[in-house]
Amino acid sequence: MNALALDRRGNGWALMLKGDWSLGAMAMIENELKMLTTPIDGALVCDWSQVAAPAIGPVWALLTRLAELNAGGFPVTHIAEPPTLDFLRKLNSERRALHDAGMAPPAEGRPAQFIGSLGRWTYDQGIEARGALDFFGRIVKVLGEAFARPGALRAPSLVRHIYETGITAIPIVSLIAFLISVIVAYLGAQQLSRFGANIFVVDLVTISVLREMGVLLTAIIVAGRSGSAFAAEIGVMQLNEETDALSAMGMNPIEILVVPRILALIIALPLLTVIADAMGLAGGGLLSLVNLHIPLPQFTSRLRESLSSTTFWAGLIKAPVFAVLIGMVGTYRGMQVRESARELGRLTTLAVVQSIFMVILADALFAVLFVQIDF
Amino acid sequence: MPDTTSTPVIRVHGLVSRFGAQIVHDALDMEVHPNEIFGVVGGSGAGKSVLLRTMLGLRRPDAGTVEMYGENMQHLSRTRRAALVRDYGVTFQNGALISSLTVAQNIQLPLREHYSLPEDTLTELAELNLALVGLPPAAAGKYPAQLSGGMVKRAALARALSLEPKLLFLDEPTSGLDPISAASFDELLLYLHSELRLTVVMITHDLDTLFRTCSRVGVIVDHRMTTDTLNGMLQNQDPWIHEYFHGPRARAAEEVEHG
Repeated sequence: MNALALDRRGNGWALMLKGDWSLGAMAMIENELKMLTTPIDGALVCDWSQVAAPAIGPVWALLTRLAELNAGGFPVTHIAEPPTLDFLRKLNSERRALHDAGMAPPAEGRPAQFIGSLGRWTYDQGIEARGALDFFGRIVKVLGEAFARPGALRAPSLVRHIYETGITAIPIVSLIAFLISVIVAYLGAQQLSRFGANIFVVDLVTISVLREMGVLLTAIIVAGRSGSAFAAEIGVMQLNEETDALSAMGMNPIEILVVPRILALIIALPLLTVIADAMGLAGGGLLSLVNLHIPLPQFTSRLRESLSSTTFWAGLIKAPVFAVLIGMVGTYRGMQVRESARELGRLTTLAVVQSIFMVILADALFAVLFVQIDF
Repeated sequence: MPDTTSTPVIRVHGLVSRFGAQIVHDALDMEVHPNEIFGVVGGSGAGKSVLLRTMLGLRRPDAGTVEMYGENMQHLSRTRRAALVRDYGVTFQNGALISSLTVAQNIQLPLREHYSLPEDTLTELAELNLALVGLPPAAAGKYPAQLSGGMVKRAALARALSLEPKLLFLDEPTSGLDPISAASFDELLLYLHSELRLTVVMITHDLDTLFRTCSRVGVIVDHRMTTDTLNGMLQNQDPWIHEYFHGPRARAAEEVEHG
């Protein structure tokens, strides 16, 4: 025992306190306090004369422990006590009275059982689904109102979001579409040249870019750029109570914040897809020229032969659908932000992950549908 | 009672702060003595927050020195600075509680950083600090967003007290509080000041708080600080200081205090 020693003294007890009673020594002091298990049956004298300037924390711990040990209610006196002792003793006993009165925080429950957690998960998913449906309904309602009142579409805001989600995304979308198409053409050429079928690289590039890759890559890039931006912007506005302020001034946050963003994506994403398609074809053409020595006129005539009337539209028609998915997920997660910075980060991440997942899921459904209807 | 004979806790000498061509402080002097509550006032933009940031070593002065416990804040080694940080606590204007942590975890944050303590000890210390600032035990598990404005200020104070500093910096501790919460915060401050023998440096615009708690006041006027007791300030003939302490709001606060 470095910090305390308990001895018999006459009919009562003496607790000698000594050594380091700073905050840093508190772990050791608490340990020694726990080892004091003798029931104190008689008056107790605490002697502080050998402790220089004890910190508040250890004194508090001693008072708490003494109260636990001294349930019999024998008197406790202090000798050479620190100046804060009286104050702490009063505070400590008030505090214990509070705890005894049941003001203590409820103890943590047992770890949830499997069935229980499954039930809770199902319930949460149900609430979540209802929330998403409710959100969708509000958006549709605003769009419905817009027929009677075109001002509800917020043209200035719409234009700003088309600029931010569309125009500023052109460089990155172009670059990635170009590079991916070059890679596909290059790897395709490696395989096809073994059969002397170099010219079919054109078919490969055209069909894969126009039907799938142009729109899918664009949607994934936009989900990463704009889906996260939507969630973060609206989320911060939630944290600053800006959305509450809008509601209080009689404005509908869905109309002002959500609908312009989704509409902007519905307009911007197809346009970006057209650019991505063009850049993809350019990349394929360039690689064919440099690597396979297919001159440009031959490339374009082969391109025309490989196209059916629906190839281009089979890609483009998916763009507005993807736009709705990305826009809805991003804004919905943003509107869910409450209370803390951590929520903002969690929901922004969730917005990006979920919108990419939804885009790919929708793309798979389109693929099956188009095969079934021979589109 | 403030002890004016021993070395000051804080001594600012000839402080110059500049932002480009804009001068905020010009040869500002300030001393805070042990065991006093020192109020810093000044108009908006007078440089109260800049002064606080400079005292805390968050901003480098353009000229002059800042000493805390006789040590120059600009020439501290990393280890000395880390040790000194344990000797003062700070509360920021909006609480600056970490929003992803509960109140108890906020209080334990500096303790975990500076000491290695087991979980039950940390729980006990969180309980102690909540008790010191008069928050109920149930507040421990709450997140800052679930607290009222007054409770946020108290929780911030609990966090500032957790390392048991002898010096407290408070930035507008009562701003945004209703008069009852503000008054009870004043009482809490006076109570802790007398029980724990704290030295307090407080930036405030709340005249009631100023009259109720401060033993001396420093007013930043014309880039310098005028320091005096409250009674001395009331006699001061500088136009800004006179307006500050004799305006309609000041008179009301004064009457409450002396009336």
